Amino acid sequence: MAPTSTLVAPPDGAQAPPGTPGSRPRNRMKALAGWAYAAPTALFVLIFFIVPIVLVGRMSVSDWGLFTGNEGINAPENFTDVLDDRLFWPAVWFTVKYTVVTTLILLALALALAMLVQEANRWTGFLRTSFLVPSALGLASASLLFYALYSPQSTPLGFLGIDSFLGTPNAALWSTVALVVWRFAGFYMLLLLVGLQGISGDVYEAARLDGAGRWQTFRYVTLPLLKSSLALCTILCVTGSMLAFDQFYILTKGGPDNSTITIVQLVYNMAFFGQNNLGRAAALSILVLVALLVVNALQFRGLRDKES
Amino acid sequence: MRALLIRTPQHVLAGGLALIFLFPLAWAAVASVSPQGGTAQTDGWGFGNYVTLANYQAGVGQYLVNSTVVSVLTVLFTLAVSVLGGYAFAMFSFPGRNVLFLVTLAILMVPYATLLIPLYVLLNQLGLQNSLVGLALVLTMFQLPFAVFMMRISFEAIPNELREAALIDGCGSFRALLHILVPAVKPGLITVGLFAFLAAWNDFITPLVLISDSDRAPLPLAVANMRQQVMGIVDFGATQAGVVVLAVPCVVLFLALQRHYVRGFMSGALKG
Repeated sequence: MAPTSTLVAPPDGAQAPPGTPGSRPRNRMKALAGWAYAAPTALFVLIFFIVPIVLVGRMSVSDWGLFTGNEGINAPENFTDVLDDRLFWPAVWFTVKYTVVTTLILLALALALAMLVQEANRWTGFLRTSFLVPSALGLASASLLFYALYSPQSTPLGFLGIDSFLGTPNAALWSTVALVVWRFAGFYMLLLLVGLQGISGDVYEAARLDGAGRWQTFRYVTLPLLKSSLALCTILCVTGSMLAFDQFYILTKGGPDNSTITIVQLVYNMAFFGQNNLGRAAALSILVLVALLVVNALQFRGLRDKES
Repeated sequence: MRALLIRTPQHVLAGGLALIFLFPLAWAAVASVSPQGGTAQTDGWGFGNYVTLANYQAGVGQYLVNSTVVSVLTVLFTLAVSVLGGYAFAMFSFPGRNVLFLVTLAILMVPYATLLIPLYVLLNQLGLQNSLVGLALVLTMFQLPFAVFMMRISFEAIPNELREAALIDGCGSFRALLHILVPAVKPGLITVGLFAFLAAWNDFITPLVLISDSDRAPLPLAVANMRQQVMGIVDFGATQAGVVVLAVPCVVLFLALQRHYVRGFMSGALKG
């Protein structure tokens, strides 16, 4: 540490004292340096985020085919076409159902896992790693893995006595939920574990002295103190589920009978598969963006109300 | 004694759960080398499925190279941009700082699909269609909210004395960054780099939309396409082999860096 101690800043007055000439150019230099360091971020955000957002807005009100390109404004035809699409409302309904089911199961399981591995020792270390390993896989890789795991040709799960994992709409939904729970439970467990470890032992001690049982401690001590971690998990999980794509594209391809088409899959299909209509896909993707913003605003609001 | 009675069922339950979580990965690894009908490995154990994979279209080697190039470029771009950006947001005040930071975070709020539709058109105009560099640039943009946020809080967590010491005259801010501050934020760098690598290696919908030339497909896309090579008949052996090739680097990296990853994550989450 000896070398750094010689670098310790002199007292404020020794540099440019406020009010003396020289302090203003210094500030300007600092601001310039700040902008120079922030410039790459700003460029990326501008070219790959702001410009596309503006462009998608323009595409959504234009007749814009995949191969024909821009053929002029046609507002609001894309939006009415989207709402009239025969797959639109089934896709909305399915996405909502999938989101609710996934979020409830995933968070309940993640919380249970977090409580299970809360203490730090070698055994829980092994458990934590086991639960977390699937999170290292990509969702697409995990979906490919479960695709083989579920196929009648190669499945090792025959002993479960399930006829078909993906053959009926219900089976396809639950099989996909199982895949997603397997892939993400460890990740949410880790987030909740951070929250659990933020609760001080004194609180539990106080609850024990007051004669609280295990369930009461959980219900009236752990859960309320875990609220912000649970909120973060809920927001992440709801957002991720609303935008589900990979798992359904790979596992079910939207089948059977288009029963598992999600909204984002519909966006993809409109743009690149069948309809080849970028304008319509842009319109639907703007509706998805608005829905996502509304849902997240409501979630933030609900949280704030609860906290106050 | 009573503690033991409570503990034992809990241990059995937890151990069982751990086995359920490990089972699919273990099964894929074993099944990929075991004999199965309808695959390249019909009798005896061996690597027939990996041979199928190696000879599929452009060959697994080409897809591995594609994936590696995209992942490495994404990690480099993400680290460079987020270190400079995080440094700017943490240490300097400049007009527009808060707006830029919030807009960067806002990337998180916009669905991939909403951005990929216009990016498909935009990259065509920039001459970056079907290009691995274009793909890496887009993947970097998706990483920025997390990466810039992480680097900002990492720089802000550096003790004040070190920050001031690094910033006084005689040591330009860039040299201070390079020699004093970057080593101090190493856990953050590892977390950001690991996340960027895993995201780029595993991303599916971005190359699905942006890459139409199958020779330039990254590995997840190639393995997914491989299932459709013969109508109706899927070579599950080759799919399992593909999953193993996809999973191995992720699992190895994850296990090797687990300590850093969890620590970086926890310190970040606590401050966030």
